Amino acid sequence: MLDREKYHIKQLSIFSENRPGRLMDIAGSMKEAKVNILGFTIAEGSGYGVVRMLVDQPEKAHQMLTKEGHVVKFTDVLAVKMEDKPGGLYDLTLMLRDAGINIEYAYGYRNSPAAVLILRVEDIDRATDTILASGRELYDVSHFK
Amino acid sequence: MGCWNPKVELMPKNELQNLQLKSLKALVYRLYNFSPFYRQRMEAKGVVPDDIVKLDDVTKLPFMTKKDLRDGYPDKIFMASKREIVRYHASSGTTGKPTIVGYTRNDIETWTESLARSLTSIGLGSDDVIQVSNTYGLFTGGLGFHYAAEKIGAAVVPASTGNTERQIQLIQDLGVTAMAATPSYLMYLGEIADKNHISIKNDTSLRVGLLGAEPWSDRMRDRMHDWLGVKGINCYGASELAGPLWSECSEQQGIHFWGDIALLEIIDPKTEEPLGPGERGEMVITMLTKEAFPLIRYRIGDITSMEWEKCSCGRTHPRISRITGRVDDMIIVRGINVFPSQVEFALLCNPEVGNEFQITVERKGAMDDMMVKVELKPEAFTDNIIQLNALRERIENRLKTLLNVSATVELVEPGTLPRFEGKAKRVVDRREY
Repeated sequence: MLDREKYHIKQLSIFSENRPGRLMDIAGSMKEAKVNILGFTIAEGSGYGVVRMLVDQPEKAHQMLTKEGHVVKFTDVLAVKMEDKPGGLYDLTLMLRDAGINIEYAYGYRNSPAAVLILRVEDIDRATDTILASGRELYDVSHFK
Repeated sequence: MGCWNPKVELMPKNELQNLQLKSLKALVYRLYNFSPFYRQRMEAKGVVPDDIVKLDDVTKLPFMTKKDLRDGYPDKIFMASKREIVRYHASSGTTGKPTIVGYTRNDIETWTESLARSLTSIGLGSDDVIQVSNTYGLFTGGLGFHYAAEKIGAAVVPASTGNTERQIQLIQDLGVTAMAATPSYLMYLGEIADKNHISIKNDTSLRVGLLGAEPWSDRMRDRMHDWLGVKGINCYGASELAGPLWSECSEQQGIHFWGDIALLEIIDPKTEEPLGPGERGEMVITMLTKEAFPLIRYRIGDITSMEWEKCSCGRTHPRISRITGRVDDMIIVRGINVFPSQVEFALLCNPEVGNEFQITVERKGAMDDMMVKVELKPEAFTDNIIQLNALRERIENRLKTLLNVSATVELVEPGTLPRFEGKAKRVVDRREY
């Protein structure tokens, strides 16, 4: 049986008021905890934002941020290994559309020689199966340590 | 439930009204003949003591306002000599000079008697331990509850304000059953207890909150009860009147306003015409027995309504409903009266947000712009921006429905809005007039 759990990457989601210095506070906590940030994005609400990031030590980061008074949650995301060439994203999204899988949000970063696409979907298990069945590679938890 | 003073508390309404008329006549006679201040006021209104023949004639008397009290600083209106005065208190001077209030021994007695009746009507007595977490000192909230609680034989913990961790410790160690505080302070204390992994509901004997000094909503009271297991009892009073004087009984059907001590009118603040039972308006209070610092038709600025039907507890005195705001706490946004207590009610209908809030009013062009900041509870946080925005919109719609005026809602991080140990300041008005 497929161990899907190992592909569930623990992303940190942090509620953050939209005011000067708030991101600096978060970054400062990470620095102090000696946590490395691998991937990162901010979603803008209205008057607030959600900071989403992948780090090398999610538990430690969560602890530190909570201690500093931040509102933090783990969110399970998938990390798809992408061929770093034109059309890579198209091929993947075409496949997901055909499978009827909706993307809540996504962000990418380049991790030479490949690229990584972080995906948040509604049904993470079905997405895991679909992506693996298509012959694509998912990074597992150990990749981010 | 027993009465502290059954003869007075259960007195038939007509007898009580006769007693009020007798006291009013004596008061007016005394003021007219022995106080230059009151005499001058009555002459300006063309009223003499003989004009008071029935209770409604109280409306012939001149009003008094906070300004009169300030102008009388420190003791120009007092009718007792220093020999007769046994204590002074002062109101918080938020605008200009404070108001000094003097008390004769009888004034202290009346004050204590009034609140002793109230505490008894809640079911408190000699088995109780009452922690007084109002400020002791010039503010009347500390000593007022202190003396009344002692009078009914309860054990008093004079904790005053501050050092919340120690307050929680005392509640636990001394088996405190009731606490006198502001509603916002009790909620704050609950938060601190939670942070220290102490459940007020499960780990303490605290069951009654004697709460006042700021407007708050039934919704917050329900939340307090569910969360802390504390029954919030509305109390009412003011330093000008003596201090905290009245509260709800255990039936919680309004605050019993002892009629032998004070004569209450509710008026339309604009037309100054009297309003009927159940009609919401400005309170006008005549203190019937005060010696050192008498008050007639004092416009205290609080907004409420009055009923004068016998309570299901058997007490016959008038009752006032929850104070929904102060005339000066009320903000007018785009021509519509807004009370912070209404905003609180709308906010607390949403379990996702905390108990603290802040209203900011600004002028954008010619339009008033109202913004309400409220704290998102950590457990309500979701990574899903759409859901967060939907929550925000839901709260906005609720505010709009309740207030008839739209407001922008901003979700902020928990613990970031200011906390208040005394009166909460919920409104930041940045408009220039």
